[in-house]
Amino acid sequence: MTASIAEKMDWLGNASYVVVALLVIMALYTIITQKNLLKICVALAVLGSSVNLFLVLLGYRDGGSIPIYHMKGAGDLMVLPTPQCLTLTAIVIALATTALMLSLIILIHKHYGTLDIDEIRRLRG
Amino acid sequence: MNLSDHLPAFLVMIPLLGAFLTPFAGSFNRGTRNAFFVTFSGLTLLTAIALCLSTLNGDVLVYVMGGESFALTLPSGMTYPVRILFEIDAFGSLPILCIAIASFAGALFSLDYMDRFSGWKRFLALYFLMTAGALGMCATGDMFNFFVFVEISSIASFGLVAFWRDKPEAVEASFKYMLISQIAAMLLLLAIGTLYGRYDAVNMAALSAMAGSGTLERVAMGLIIAVLAFKCGSFPMHTWMPDTYAEAPSGVTCLLVTVSQASFYGLVRVCYSIFPGLAAGGVVAWMLIALGVMSMFFGVLMAVVQHEIKRLMGYHSISQVGYMLLAMGVGLLALGSPEAVETYGRAAIRGGIFHSVNYSFYKALLFLCAGSLYYATGTRDLDKMGGLARSMPWTAGMFVVAAAAISGLPPFNGFVSKWMIYESSFAVHPILPAVAMITSVLTLASFVKVFQAAFLGPAKAKFVAVREVPYGMLAGMAVLTVMTLLLSLFPGWFTSGFFESAVNALVNHQSYVRAVMGGM
Amino acid sequence: MKPLSVIVTTVSDVFAWFMIVFGVYVILNGHSTPGGGFQGGAIVATFLSFMLVAHGGKRFLAWVNGGMYGLLEFVGLMAFFLFGCLGFPNSFFHNSIAVAQGARPLSEWLPYCGTISLMNAAVGFEVVGALSLVVLYMYSSIRMVDTGAGMGGERGHDRFDR
Repeated sequence: MTASIAEKMDWLGNASYVVVALLVIMALYTIITQKNLLKICVALAVLGSSVNLFLVLLGYRDGGSIPIYHMKGAGDLMVLPTPQCLTLTAIVIALATTALMLSLIILIHKHYGTLDIDEIRRLRG
Repeated sequence: MNLSDHLPAFLVMIPLLGAFLTPFAGSFNRGTRNAFFVTFSGLTLLTAIALCLSTLNGDVLVYVMGGESFALTLPSGMTYPVRILFEIDAFGSLPILCIAIASFAGALFSLDYMDRFSGWKRFLALYFLMTAGALGMCATGDMFNFFVFVEISSIASFGLVAFWRDKPEAVEASFKYMLISQIAAMLLLLAIGTLYGRYDAVNMAALSAMAGSGTLERVAMGLIIAVLAFKCGSFPMHTWMPDTYAEAPSGVTCLLVTVSQASFYGLVRVCYSIFPGLAAGGVVAWMLIALGVMSMFFGVLMAVVQHEIKRLMGYHSISQVGYMLLAMGVGLLALGSPEAVETYGRAAIRGGIFHSVNYSFYKALLFLCAGSLYYATGTRDLDKMGGLARSMPWTAGMFVVAAAAISGLPPFNGFVSKWMIYESSFAVHPILPAVAMITSVLTLASFVKVFQAAFLGPAKAKFVAVREVPYGMLAGMAVLTVMTLLLSLFPGWFTSGFFESAVNALVNHQSYVRAVMGGM
Repeated sequence: MKPLSVIVTTVSDVFAWFMIVFGVYVILNGHSTPGGGFQGGAIVATFLSFMLVAHGGKRFLAWVNGGMYGLLEFVGLMAFFLFGCLGFPNSFFHNSIAVAQGARPLSEWLPYCGTISLMNAAVGFEVVGALSLVVLYMYSSIRMVDTGAGMGGERGHDRFDR
């Protein structure tokens, strides 16, 4: 019974990787095509989140329980906590970069009076 | 407790402690603040020297963070390591030494250079964080930890490039660098996640022991190589390099050069130690050679037409990175067959390592000289300078040393390493050394132009009041000049003592794996 | 930023404090739940953004003392570093307290999981300070842009260009 459910749910497991791929492609497309700095910043945050989603998905194992000794329940099998640590670290880094990027956008708007990336072109040659 | 066992941990702890203590340093007066800055950079340098000396005989230092013992890599019968660990071999200790020396020189230089600006608290914190990140990149033995250190050093460098936030160009350069760099970092994380999903491990040695040759590995390796080639500034993704190098304060540019050095270290580590089976002798080697040749040639072509001194040097950095990539590509091509390794492979790898060490010293020195010129004259435009050799003799002298080294004039170290690269790449195809020599000639022409425009000619009326820069800045430049001269005077001693063991470490990747995974 | 209506201010006055309580809960249970110093610290730091949005910028700047958050950050970082050093001479970050306790706690004041929960608390302090400062600095820079105010005694690049 459980095996057949697992088989039926298999496509769902793969579907989540497809979602990751779609999110990555959408984020990259937005970064390339959009001209507004804020939209680019949002797309970068989406890119970071999709990579985090990918890492979380990798942490899933069939029949594994949470890797905390006194909360793991009946099963003996615990998942490896590495991907969860990776995700937490990546989230912290993403937060730091997003905050810094928004601060830079504020400064750019102060200096240039615009958020259009085509008009921010003093460095060339 | 034996201090020398814990050296790898101290290497990152000392700059981190320096960064954490800076809220204190904000309330210091000028003298105490300078002493704080120099003390912590100096301690980092001492640690790096001790580490480098202890890896010379081919030992691989392993340090497990949080382990019952610092050397226990496989606790309780595990088949692969789960803890974060540092792994430093003879090849890894060379960029560590370069970063520490450049950080020390940049610190000495910044004492006077940044003295008239406010925001010292932030400057110190970011400077130490960037040093810690770059050192960690070369010390770590864990792919994800490598990503974290890449991000630490990049975020600190975004802040430092935009340190003069009232200057629009600086903010713009920082934003552009940040945008591309963050996309690259996320792709790097995606590749590391892919490797984790395939092997359930992120440890470099464990990956190297298990790595197969499927499609997934190829994709992950391609992503990592592309990202790291971008981070060290090779040709198609080079646009951030002249912008950030020109707009950052000069002491910071000196450190940025060595951060790109650390990315180069990561690239070589991935190709030679983690995926030697996939990368050796095939498409990847040719890709590196192509990237190297293109960055070399187009970098110098764009440098020749520049009129702004730091931007010109930024383009030269691209072309110098090209030499290193070319040498490492040739070495990787030779790694496929044992006889090729003996005939030209070792020479190529030795040349690449030697050149990367040279590059970090003379390039950092050139940026510091450019900073001195800017400090004294207030302009970076070469057309407006002139006749400064009389009023700034020390700066002029050290600039000549660095310029001769980068152009590959015979008595200097740049000649030795370039000659090794010419010789070994000739064995692959004669066109490679031909392009490299043309690049070298153009580099010489370009630096003759800079020297003539800035230092020679009649003294301009505007610059009669110009004096030699303060002693702190001269001391920072002198550190790098001494290193360049030492490498020029004793190339044989350095090659047999330092670079040969680094070559051995790269050619026999088994020793890197064995240090962590035990006897195999 | 203008203050919002009296409903918003009243509600945020009441509920912002619960965010602090919840954040501290998340920090303290960090060693056994999927939370920890960073997550709890981020929740606590939302207190300042509540205040900023509800009460507006003027009162916000009058209330907030940046130095205190800087101190919080400094204390957290130094505590984290010292707890890491407790691992010597085994290795940096080694959980020596938990190993020393073995199966039986040495004292009811020492956490059973050793340095992990202490480090969580240290990270919590650090993140509360740092994220509050991020909110404060970003708001100050928006204000600087909006009002055209100067950079407050900052000696930047432009003032020294010759």
